[in-house]
Amino acid sequence: MSAAAASAGPILAVENLKRHYVTAGFLGRGKYTVKAVDGVSFAIGRGETFGLVGESGSGKSTTGRLVLRLEEPTSGRVRFEGEDISALPQSALKPVRRRMQIVFQDPYAALNPRMTVGNFVGEPLVVHGVAPDREDRMARVAALFRKVGLDPRFVDRYPHQFSGGQRQRVGIARAIALEPSLIVADEPITALDVSIQAQIINLFQDLQEQLGLAYLFIAHDLSMVRYLCHRLAVMWRGRIVELGPTEAIFEDPRHPYTKALLSSVPIPDPDRERNRQRLVFDPDTLRAAPDQPMVEVAAGHFVLA
Amino acid sequence: MSGILDVSGLTVRFDTPAGTVHAVNDVSYSLADGETLGVVGESGSGKSVHVLAMLGLIARPPGRIAGGSVTFGGRDLLTLSEAELRDVRGGQIGFVFQDPMTSLNPVLTVGRQIAEPVIRHRGLSPRQAWQRAAELLDLVGIADPERRLRQYPHQFSGGMRQRVMIAIAVACNPKLLIADEPTTALDVTVQAQILGLVRDLKARMGMSVIWITHDMGVVAGLADTVQVMYGGRIVERGPVRAIFKDPRNAYTWGLLRALPDHGQRVQRRLHQIEGQPPDLYAPPKGDPFAPRNPFATPRCFEQIPPLVPAAGAVPGHLVAAWYDLPRLLAQRGDAR
Ligand SMILES: Nc1ncnc2c1ncn2[C@@H]1O[C@H](COP(=O)(O)OP(=O)(O)OP(=O)(O)O)[C@@H](O)[C@H]1O
Ligand SMILES: Nc1ncnc2c1ncn2[C@@H]1O[C@H](COP(=O)(O)OP(=O)(O)OP(=O)(O)O)[C@@H](O)[C@H]1O
Ligand SMILES: [Mg+2]
Ligand SMILES: [Mg+2]
Repeated sequence: MSAAAASAGPILAVENLKRHYVTAGFLGRGKYTVKAVDGVSFAIGRGETFGLVGESGSGKSTTGRLVLRLEEPTSGRVRFEGEDISALPQSALKPVRRRMQIVFQDPYAALNPRMTVGNFVGEPLVVHGVAPDREDRMARVAALFRKVGLDPRFVDRYPHQFSGGQRQRVGIARAIALEPSLIVADEPITALDVSIQAQIINLFQDLQEQLGLAYLFIAHDLSMVRYLCHRLAVMWRGRIVELGPTEAIFEDPRHPYTKALLSSVPIPDPDRERNRQRLVFDPDTLRAAPDQPMVEVAAGHFVLA
Repeated sequence: MSGILDVSGLTVRFDTPAGTVHAVNDVSYSLADGETLGVVGESGSGKSVHVLAMLGLIARPPGRIAGGSVTFGGRDLLTLSEAELRDVRGGQIGFVFQDPMTSLNPVLTVGRQIAEPVIRHRGLSPRQAWQRAAELLDLVGIADPERRLRQYPHQFSGGMRQRVMIAIAVACNPKLLIADEPTTALDVTVQAQILGLVRDLKARMGMSVIWITHDMGVVAGLADTVQVMYGGRIVERGPVRAIFKDPRNAYTWGLLRALPDHGQRVQRRLHQIEGQPPDLYAPPKGDPFAPRNPFATPRCFEQIPPLVPAAGAVPGHLVAAWYDLPRLLAQRGDAR
């Protein structure tokens, strides 16, 4: 990240974001609330890759959807390129959506089964009037296919004719079609084989270099997160429990959940993996007050104590 | 060998308007009692289709089983009627699909979906089955199971849906668990818990496992045997240590090189295998990996290599390759 870009202010700033789901209880008795996202704050710089990791069900995907306004927050704010987008009516979001794209966790659900993958990738170009000419558009789509490692001859096929990994690449091709400035990537490489993962990660980095793209990268693969992300936030039960430069967190994790998480990463070596010691922790010992602020333990490294 | 599963010459095609997809080609292997087989390989290499075909779960048409047999419990699964298969599936064979959202029913509560097979296959009363469902949710690490059982799949996170699938798969104490990317959407602490659960079921019940995954770390920890697929074929197979320490197929070798180094900040660009996956509509006449293989010999482009014992390797280590990888690597000065 260049100093000039950084000084232009964060591309995304999330302030005390909350999303609570109220579920009706059995036979209408006793409603209860799931605090899916419960006071999350972070900022992402231009051209930065910011990782969001943590417990399954801790609110990572919900945070991603809130950032994109695919879902309305219970409270809190989202600023994108300096503008508060949390209050914009849906109709005013179109230009925002062009600059902020998503790649989903589930490549099956994300694709339209009745649309050829070529049209699916080219659709944003039509919607935003970027390449109204069909020939021009198909040429761009072919280039996008090549960029994500798909054979351009596949443009006329339908999603069900692809494997899981191939479908995920289709989703990525669509997300980068409009050259956005921020991509929210919700487990974008989870469904891919290792070599394609490497391809996509290298591709994310190339696009970042060429276009100054920033990423909110939600993932479970901590080796990839360590490789790709500049900074990192660890979520647990709706809150960020640790946030800081990636290396600081990997070298010196402070929160008990972070420690347990890092010690659970499987090692791709049978001998080392079978001797790995895992740290466990007792969640009941952790009881941060709802309004408890994070403590800065080192430069830029914060922990919810 | 006392095998629980015997796959022989399994071949699966899809007849599409664009042509015939050669998705699975002559796949043969057997699984011993209590053995855990890790299946890895390229995206699109037939890992999912080959297990779906065994369980009678590919749509026909466009799918077609063009040959082979799958012996389980003395019967060829490929010849069973749909009713007989339904009896096997979810009873003696538990399975977890790659795609949890479309395999859970969106209009039924999670509790019903876990309880139903227990009632059908094990004859528990609805009340007992509900109890068992709560137990299972707890086992897969979902807090507050009583409440969660009454929720619908869309109210669960991706990883929680995946855990529901796992709960359903092991609900009836199956003899064989087939799991297709079962933990990819889970954080590593929950994943560790699931792997612990599987090890426990293996130890207590002697369950056998086929575990399809892209996560080489999970394979390293869980599998007894590893099978590598490429272009619808098994290209290498062997004991887990042999595959990691002494790979003999160039695709396996490339796969292992693509991993970021564990436990340190990686500076280098990640290694990727260059080129495109094989066109399964028109499979090449030789080794499907040859066009991308820096070690390919002329013969690789002409003839498909058979899966045979690797020279000088440990027993059970099989490879399909016309080249001698260790020698070529040594020549390059590229010690692994
Ligand atoms: N529509 C909904 N109704 C009720 N609860 C919901 C809904 N969507 C999500 N939740 C709940 O919100 C919490 C957070 O879910 P979210 O999908 O954000 O988790 P996540 O961190 O992305 O998890 P994973 O790693 O498993 O994908 C979960 O407890 C989930 O059950
Ligand atoms: N219904 C179908 N029609 C046509 N082709 C299909 C169909 N289903 C699967 N295929 C093809 O069969 C091949 C094998 O697919 P499969 O899903 O088994 O791959 P996989 O190894 O599981 O990949 P991944 O790791 O991405 O899940 C792929 O090339 C896929 O495109
Ligand atoms: Mg999620
Ligand atoms: Mg698959």
